[in-house]
Amino acid sequence: MTNGWVDMKNTDMMLIMGGNPAENHPCGFKWPVEAKRTRNAKMIVVDPRFTRTAAVADMFCQIRAGTDIAFLGGLIHYAIENNRIAKDYLVNYTNAGFIVEKDFKLPDVDGLFSGFDDQKQTYNRASWNYQGSGGKSPAPPAPKPGQPPALPALPGTVDFDPTLENPNCVFQLLKKHYSRYTPEMVERITGIPKEQFLKAADLYTSVRKDGDMKKVSTIIYAVGWTHHSFGTQIIRTAAILQLVMGNVGRAGGGVNALRGHSNIQGATDMAGLFDSLPGYLKTPTPADASFDDWMKRVTPTSSKPAAWDSFNYYSNTPKFTVSFLKALYGDAATKQNGWAFDYLPKVDRNYSWVQMWDDMYNGTLKGMLAFGMNGVAIGPNSKKNIDALKKADFLVVGEIYPNETSDFWRAPGISTDEMKQIQTTVYNLPCAGFAEKDGSMTNSARWVLWKNTAVPTPGDARLDHAILAQIFLKVRELYKKEGGKFPDPILNLTWNYSFPSSPPLAEVLKEINGKALADLEDPATKQQIKAGQQLPGFAWLKDDGTTSCGNWIYSGAFTEAGNQSARRDPSDPSGMGVHPAWGWSWPANRRVLYNRASCDVEGKPWDPSRKQVWWSEATQKWVGNDVPDFKADSKPKDHMGPFIMTAEGVGRIFGPLAAFADGPFPEFYEPIESPIDNPLHPQQTHNPVVKRFKTPDDKYGTPKDGYTIVCTTYRMTEHYHYWTKNNPMNVQLVPEPFIEIPAELANDIGVHGGEKIKVSSIRGEYIAKAMVTKRIKPMIIDGKKVYQIGFQIHQGYRGIEEDEGKNARTLANLLTPTVYDPNSYTPEFKGFLVKVERA
Amino acid sequence: MSQATLRIQKISGHAGTVPGEDTQREFTVCKLVDTTTCIGCKACEVACVEWNDMPFSQTTFDNTYQTMPDTRWNYWNLILFNEHEREDGTLQWLMRKHQCMHCAEPGCLEACPADGAIVQYTNGVVDFQQDHCIGCGYCVTGCPFNIPKFNSVTKRMYKCSLCTDRVSQGLEPACIKSCPTGCLHFGSKDDMKFLAEKRAKQLREHFGYENAGVYDPPGVGGTGVIYVLHDATKPELYGGLPSNPTIPLAVKFWKHPLKWLGNIALVGGLIGLFAHYLRFGPKAHDEPDVASKEGD
Repeated sequence: MTNGWVDMKNTDMMLIMGGNPAENHPCGFKWPVEAKRTRNAKMIVVDPRFTRTAAVADMFCQIRAGTDIAFLGGLIHYAIENNRIAKDYLVNYTNAGFIVEKDFKLPDVDGLFSGFDDQKQTYNRASWNYQGSGGKSPAPPAPKPGQPPALPALPGTVDFDPTLENPNCVFQLLKKHYSRYTPEMVERITGIPKEQFLKAADLYTSVRKDGDMKKVSTIIYAVGWTHHSFGTQIIRTAAILQLVMGNVGRAGGGVNALRGHSNIQGATDMAGLFDSLPGYLKTPTPADASFDDWMKRVTPTSSKPAAWDSFNYYSNTPKFTVSFLKALYGDAATKQNGWAFDYLPKVDRNYSWVQMWDDMYNGTLKGMLAFGMNGVAIGPNSKKNIDALKKADFLVVGEIYPNETSDFWRAPGISTDEMKQIQTTVYNLPCAGFAEKDGSMTNSARWVLWKNTAVPTPGDARLDHAILAQIFLKVRELYKKEGGKFPDPILNLTWNYSFPSSPPLAEVLKEINGKALADLEDPATKQQIKAGQQLPGFAWLKDDGTTSCGNWIYSGAFTEAGNQSARRDPSDPSGMGVHPAWGWSWPANRRVLYNRASCDVEGKPWDPSRKQVWWSEATQKWVGNDVPDFKADSKPKDHMGPFIMTAEGVGRIFGPLAAFADGPFPEFYEPIESPIDNPLHPQQTHNPVVKRFKTPDDKYGTPKDGYTIVCTTYRMTEHYHYWTKNNPMNVQLVPEPFIEIPAELANDIGVHGGEKIKVSSIRGEYIAKAMVTKRIKPMIIDGKKVYQIGFQIHQGYRGIEEDEGKNARTLANLLTPTVYDPNSYTPEFKGFLVKVERA
Repeated sequence: MSQATLRIQKISGHAGTVPGEDTQREFTVCKLVDTTTCIGCKACEVACVEWNDMPFSQTTFDNTYQTMPDTRWNYWNLILFNEHEREDGTLQWLMRKHQCMHCAEPGCLEACPADGAIVQYTNGVVDFQQDHCIGCGYCVTGCPFNIPKFNSVTKRMYKCSLCTDRVSQGLEPACIKSCPTGCLHFGSKDDMKFLAEKRAKQLREHFGYENAGVYDPPGVGGTGVIYVLHDATKPELYGGLPSNPTIPLAVKFWKHPLKWLGNIALVGGLIGLFAHYLRFGPKAHDEPDVASKEGD
């Protein structure tokens, strides 16, 4: 989140879309409710179904799954047409006035941006750049065969038009791009009637009536936006809308992702994805010949109008990276050996979730350690994952219950004979539940919160990280004994824990926070830190090997003053929901990101009743109720941009160069399985860079094959993923799976509520009872009547009811396609095609 | 339930004086349920089951998000889900926390013939005392909200106790504590009425619910559970909440004008019985009934 859960109480307007927080985040949902109760804030819910969240909303629009970009693009169009934009904010805090390269082409004619390579199905993104001078030739390392050509850099000085009238400035291109997203087009694509859309657009943008900046609106989303083959671009559209309306950086504003599990934010922060290192540092690739090459590629140089300033905080990338390598390899990382650059694995291709299972299916991935997740059930196309596991040499599952992955060999449909053929060795290790271990969890608001162990692990169960530590120690022992091709990264890994076979997690957090390896002094304040002391924050990190830090954004979480994440002081002096001494939030205990943008150019808050940070003439510093997200002594007249993490210093309405794989502006494309051709450009229906897989288990359905109904999947309040089907309390609340279908569809196929139906996609079948409801209506999509249905994901073939043979034992993800977003690699779980019949 | 620190003001089927009758304690307690902020998460259902140590209930999916069709002897608190299409075509999904209303004039207590099986404390809480319950089920007849439920194993009646064990110790009921959105409140009746009216006014003035109002039906003397409704003129939409609940006439007669008639009839009956015994002697023993041992 740019903001945080508690901050939502400060809002005047909420757009909840691609998320169902009342259902999936009931505790956090108290803050949207608080905004309604205390500020008369309004709530608009846009969802394929009338959800529990919709039940308390002021307005509901039923949207066809996967058409969010059309809706949001329509909102951008509406805001611009009706002067509900934040002009000063746009000019000064975004790249709206930046001039774009002449060769850049919008996809208005053929659905493709400039630079599309038909053969490779990728874009050459050289034209997706600003016009300007300086810094354009970074002399990149020569690409190896098979690698994409290196891109030019951003210009050091960007051509700029503060009137926003230059036809090639970002704002005019944006206006032109979304001029096609008329209310009529929104209706054709999304199925939301024009009048209803206009009502929602008027309500949402009403906070910026005539450009008045006082009020603020927020956008709240979850995996309903990410689970698409264009998920990143949906979120981009939301970010653009919020920038155009001047809502980012402000209390009660922002773009707020609700994370689906208690520590999924922490997992992402700690390099949950294959292409990032802790703190979102970019991994090296084989094209990076040395540490310096790597740093040159990943460290941005500033790119801005001549008269402006840009902090470009990622220019510190080498400091973060050297400190990270010192934390990993200690004394073995020296300036001479490029800080042990050679020890780091080089990421040579895509190792994302879907790709991993494809690799296992194709025999290149031989085994898997599956901890804290249920791979067979959670990935798309479960059958493919089960088939892949049949081919693996080994599978290790660390869990608290047997689940669909540990028991993949007895999935429904596998005969006893076939079972005997499966040669995969499966190790089931009883692990610890969340209440059986301590450690920190990072919530959606980026708050790192320490927890204590509530109960000991039962029986033979062990802590997950203790098991991993023991595997590591054993591997290290083998390397010591037997040598091997390249033992150095293993033998030199730092492992200075008081209990090496079960590292205390507080020691791990200390290591992540970082410490001084030599005596340090801040030249400005003369503050000193002795060698061995914990660092107060990432501003102290050095690229000369005198600091170590496991994750730069977490620096400050465990300082000399102790474990900051364990703080539990509920006080909130400003009343703005900042709670500065409750846990600790990254970065630098800052609760609202980009909060410099909550002030006008002079440094005065847009809304004096919601003061976050401001420029103090007296102290010549930025001060406030929150930690300023800015260079503390940068005077307003220097015009430093508030978005300090971009090279431009401003919010990116136009995402230049390599920022996105599929376009610098979001364009609406249909889900990979869609009931109609894309009304914007029928010849280019889908996201052009999206890859389809080719194994026999990878099939994609079309209306021609009889798959005409749009289907989506979701979670329920009563269950937690695939665990709680083992808990009687949850099972009694929702004992079995069900499929929600419109009353009209039920009538068509002659089914009553509570009777069993079968939903099939081209990949598999799902059988459960029908819930016949008024909460999903038939839709008119581009003139055609289209039904939409949905079902929850929580059941499978292991659990209380399942083990008693009461449930159908099918997995929701047997139906979903193997296809993913080209930026985040998140699979498209939502908006696929099915048919429905009586079972 | 423990009565340790609670004083009684009404007792069912009781002939003598009642110790706390006509006394006014400092305040009457009350739950406020704001249906306009209920998200149907069922945290209150789970809290109720857990706090009261209820066993697992077998349930079946029945075309609704609702856990079960009605409350049970061991499931006292149930969110009712109702889909409602308004005249303008927009949809409402109404969710209401259904449980004992703790009426100021409790029909169950009026109807109950067993001395001390139902009591009302001076804080307004109506509580069943299973030790004294004879399982006759008359309380069901007296209740306009269909609350008391029979356990066929213990042959006793059960319902929400308003967590007397917690409330008597100064705590809020378990359901209130578990509510994540702040849709549930607990306090004195006066305070809850104030909060409820304030919220209803806000809904009328800022959210377009012209008929928003508070449900505190006078027919049962007001209730210890009050609702804020989007449309107070149509409480039936919320899972059959009666718009003007009253204690059935039959119950009123049975307890008041007709009671002395009943007593005469009872004495007459006893005399008749004795006469019959004198005339015909004792009856030979039949096979005992085989009581169903199956729980609900």
